Amino acid sequence: MAGPTSRKVFPDAKAALAGILKDDMTIMAGGFGLCGVAETLVDAIKETGVKGLTVISNNAGVDGIHLGKLLETRQIRKMISSYVGENKIFAQQYLAGELELEFNPQGTLAERIRAGGAGIPAFYTATGYGTVIAEGKDVREFPNSPRFAGRKYIMETGLWADIALVHAWKGDTEGNLIYRKTARNFNPMMATAATVTIAEVEHLFPAGELEPDQIHTPGIYVKRIVHTPNAPKRIENRTTRPHPTPTH
Amino acid sequence: MAWSREEMAARAAKELKDGFYVNLGIGIPTLVSNFIPEGISVALQSENGMMGMGPFPYEGEEDPDLINAGKQTVTELPISSYFSSSDSFAMIRGGHIDLSILGAMQVAQNGDLANWMIPGKMVKGMGGAMDLVAGVKKVVVVMEHEAKGESKLLKSCNLPLTGAGVVDMVITDLGVFEIDRSGKTPMKLIELATGVTEAEIREKTDADYISAL
Repeated sequence: MAGPTSRKVFPDAKAALAGILKDDMTIMAGGFGLCGVAETLVDAIKETGVKGLTVISNNAGVDGIHLGKLLETRQIRKMISSYVGENKIFAQQYLAGELELEFNPQGTLAERIRAGGAGIPAFYTATGYGTVIAEGKDVREFPNSPRFAGRKYIMETGLWADIALVHAWKGDTEGNLIYRKTARNFNPMMATAATVTIAEVEHLFPAGELEPDQIHTPGIYVKRIVHTPNAPKRIENRTTRPHPTPTH
Repeated sequence: MAWSREEMAARAAKELKDGFYVNLGIGIPTLVSNFIPEGISVALQSENGMMGMGPFPYEGEEDPDLINAGKQTVTELPISSYFSSSDSFAMIRGGHIDLSILGAMQVAQNGDLANWMIPGKMVKGMGGAMDLVAGVKKVVVVMEHEAKGESKLLKSCNLPLTGAGVVDMVITDLGVFEIDRSGKTPMKLIELATGVTEAEIREKTDADYISAL
C-alpha cells in the first residue's frame, strides 16, 4: 500500500534536499544534544558534499554522529551554538582556526530564532549584559516601564536560515507537526525561521488524522516532509535507578 | 573539617520553599534534589523544555525523547509539562522561576559570577547559564571555597563573567555568604560549616565581607 502523498511529501531525504543546497548557505538544525535531531537529513547533506555551511544549532553533535559527521568532512565553516562540549573534532578544528564559532546564550539563541521567524528584526534582553556577549551591542534602559526599569538590556537580532532541518514525532501530508516530550526543544522555532523548512517525521499520516487542536507546528511553515520510520534514536547519557526490591 | 559535596547540597536545599519552581545546574546542584526537606514540594525545570522533572528511569525504561539539560535520561511526574526552548527561556528570562542553584569558578563580593570560560582553554559554551542568572528571581551558587589553594570568592572576578551582579547567596564547603545585588550592603558571612572557624574563612577569602554570624 502506498503511503500518504502530497506535493510536500518526498520519498527520501535525498529527494527532500534536491535542488536547494548551495555552498556557503545557512542551515538551522533542530535538537538538544542528540534528542530530537533530524539525523537522516543531516546524513543526506553529508552525501551531497555541499560545503562552507553556517550551521545554527544549540549543540554540534558528537564525534561521528549528526553534525559531528559534517565537521569530519569539513563541510561546516561556522557554528552558531550555545554549548559544544561533546565534540572532540569540533575542539581540534576550532583551535586550529579552521572553524568559526559564535556562542549565544541558549535563551538568546532560541529567542533570536523565534524573532527571525516572527518577522522581528531585533529585541532587547538582560541576558549577557556586562559580559563579553554584550561587546559591540546596543545597550538600552527602559526607565518608564514598571516592569523593566532599573536594569540594562542589550539588543539581539533575529536569525533566519536558507534551510531548517527539523525532527517531529508525527506529521501529516499538509506538514502539520507534533513533537514528543523533550525532543521538541528548538524544532518549533526553527521550523518558522527558514526559507525552506524540511521535516523528518517518525510517523506520517494523511491530512485529517492528527487532532488539529494538538498541532505544535502548523503546516504553513513546512515546505517538505520525509517519513523516516527507522531513524535511530540515541541516548547520550543513559542514567537509571535500580528497580525497587520486591517486598513479600 | 568542612562540608562534603552532599552537605553543601543539603544546605542549598534549605533555600527551597514549598511551591517553588527551581532550576538546578550540573554537578553539586544536581544533588540538591536528594535533600528536598520533608513536607516541601518543588517543581524542577529542565531548560531543554520540561517542567516537573522526575528521577532517573528504572533500567529498561529509558526514553531517548525524555532527557534533562545534562542529556541524562529522566522521567515525568503527574505535574510534568513539555515546551519548546523559547518557551523554556521565556520562563527563565521572564522571572517566573523562583530559584536557580548553580556552580561557579569565581564569585565576586558584588555578585558578579564567572562560570563559563577560562581564556586560552577550549570553551564549551555558556549553554543556559547567562539566561538563568539574568532572569531567575534568586540565584544561589554552590562551589568549593578554594581552587588549587586560591580563593574563588574574590573582590572582583578575573575570568570572563557569566553575569554582572547576579548572585544572592554563595554556599561553599566552609560556610554561607549573602550578597546584596544592589550593592547597598557588603557581602555577609551568615553561617559556618561544621568544624570551620571564622578565622579559617578570613584567611581563605579574598573578598571583603562582614560577619553576621
